Amino acid sequence: MIERRAYSQRSERNGRQINRDHSPFLLVFVPWATIMLASYLQSVPIAVGGPLLPPIGFLFLLAWRLLRPGVLPIWAGIIFGMWDDLFSGQPFGSGILFFSATMMAIEIIDIRFPWRGFAQDWLIAAIITIIYIVGTMLISGSTLGLPLLAVVAPQLLLSLIAYPFIAFIVSRLDKLRLMRFRTAA
Amino acid sequence: MALSGSKQRVSGHSKKAQYGVFTGYVVALLGIVLGIVLIVISIIQPASFSGLRGLFGDATQPVSTVNAGARSGGRGFIESVQGYLEAGQQNAELKKEVEIARIRLAEARAIEEENARLKALLGLNETDVKPVAVARLVGSSSSSTRRFAYLGAGRNDGVRPGMPVRSERGIVGRVLEAAGNSSRVMLITDTESVLPVRRAGDNTVAFAEGRGDGLINIRLINLGINPLKRGDVFVTSGAGGLYRPGIAVAIVTRLTDDGAVARIISNPAATDFVAVEPTWQPEALRGARTPIEEAIGSNRTVDAGSGDNPDAPATESGGVVTP
Repeated sequence: MIERRAYSQRSERNGRQINRDHSPFLLVFVPWATIMLASYLQSVPIAVGGPLLPPIGFLFLLAWRLLRPGVLPIWAGIIFGMWDDLFSGQPFGSGILFFSATMMAIEIIDIRFPWRGFAQDWLIAAIITIIYIVGTMLISGSTLGLPLLAVVAPQLLLSLIAYPFIAFIVSRLDKLRLMRFRTAA
Repeated sequence: MALSGSKQRVSGHSKKAQYGVFTGYVVALLGIVLGIVLIVISIIQPASFSGLRGLFGDATQPVSTVNAGARSGGRGFIESVQGYLEAGQQNAELKKEVEIARIRLAEARAIEEENARLKALLGLNETDVKPVAVARLVGSSSSSTRRFAYLGAGRNDGVRPGMPVRSERGIVGRVLEAAGNSSRVMLITDTESVLPVRRAGDNTVAFAEGRGDGLINIRLINLGINPLKRGDVFVTSGAGGLYRPGIAVAIVTRLTDDGAVARIISNPAATDFVAVEPTWQPEALRGARTPIEEAIGSNRTVDAGSGDNPDAPATESGGVVTP
């Protein structure tokens, strides 16, 4: 029994610790790659008649930032926003503005409310997502009208519901990010 | 409950760490300012960043094409299963055929009538147009309120901005930006898209404006008693010179005060391959954009599909003129 207990104590949730360390590549690569992939993916699925998908790239950024503060630098919004603009169909610059502003906003929220649970995170994500979707609609250059609002509403609801799922995916990706590898022989 | 991020923020007395945090804030703020500036530029001059977008569109085009292939394969599979569940696959195929035949019939009627009118007026005849390129719709802006699709063909295939894009069912949209091997298409459901249409069978002319939700507003030119009925098919009228006349656009589903709400016939979600056609009447387009003070015929002539066409509409607005 002693051996088993020793074995379990040698490992934490991200794998065994002795002689194993995080990969410096994965630590950075996983969050950056997944957010960029999500931004690209929103242009790939079926060519739909109206906006339908939640802004996946933006939601991934929110989830990474809220679940793992410190992983993304505060200026990361510029890069992710620029990348998102290439595929989103929005006027170029809208992503840069909203992604940067989001990073700033969450930074301020972090200072003001350091202790948060998932419910509060979800609330923060919901408020920011509503501002994001309405804001991008306003500056997209579309003619605003009742039909457009009627279309944005389902997209908005879908985005709010999607956040926990994306947060779940991000938490799984975080395990991948923190995977430990054998360091030396 | 978890303490968020404060570990990273406490920089203590280290000047270097404090400067690092401060620089981060400054860069993020600059990002916001940069975003605002870029938005203003892209709204004033929508074509400004088409090169950059095109570069990445080209880079991701192979992946998107594979994806589009898988997508249409998957859709075909689902359709087959549906066919069996309902009344056999044949039934599903026949239904599709009948639907296309019905559209064709409406188009044919429109063309017949068009021919008769043109012959009567000028003795002119429409020649069949050969498409510039046939390609897949490889993606769309599915999270933005703007309706753009991405096409797997670009300048190397002869695609130029302004060219109409159609599927075998009807008009899909028109090319807005063309990069080397990919291009961006504004769908007719985009709120900035306006195209002149007429009812198949008579000359009720109207504008088809996108609503952004997959439907189209039909606004009649001649106001008065609304002559439309549910099920009326609208085809392009050819006015403005961008789209060839007689291509199916939309079917009326609901009447409104000044026209109707119509469903597009060529739903981009059900579209796999599309054809890019040359601009129908480049001369007319050029004429429409030439200020009244200038003479049209004096300078060089424009032939469709050759060279960089500076006359092609660079704006993201409808770009068509009065019918």
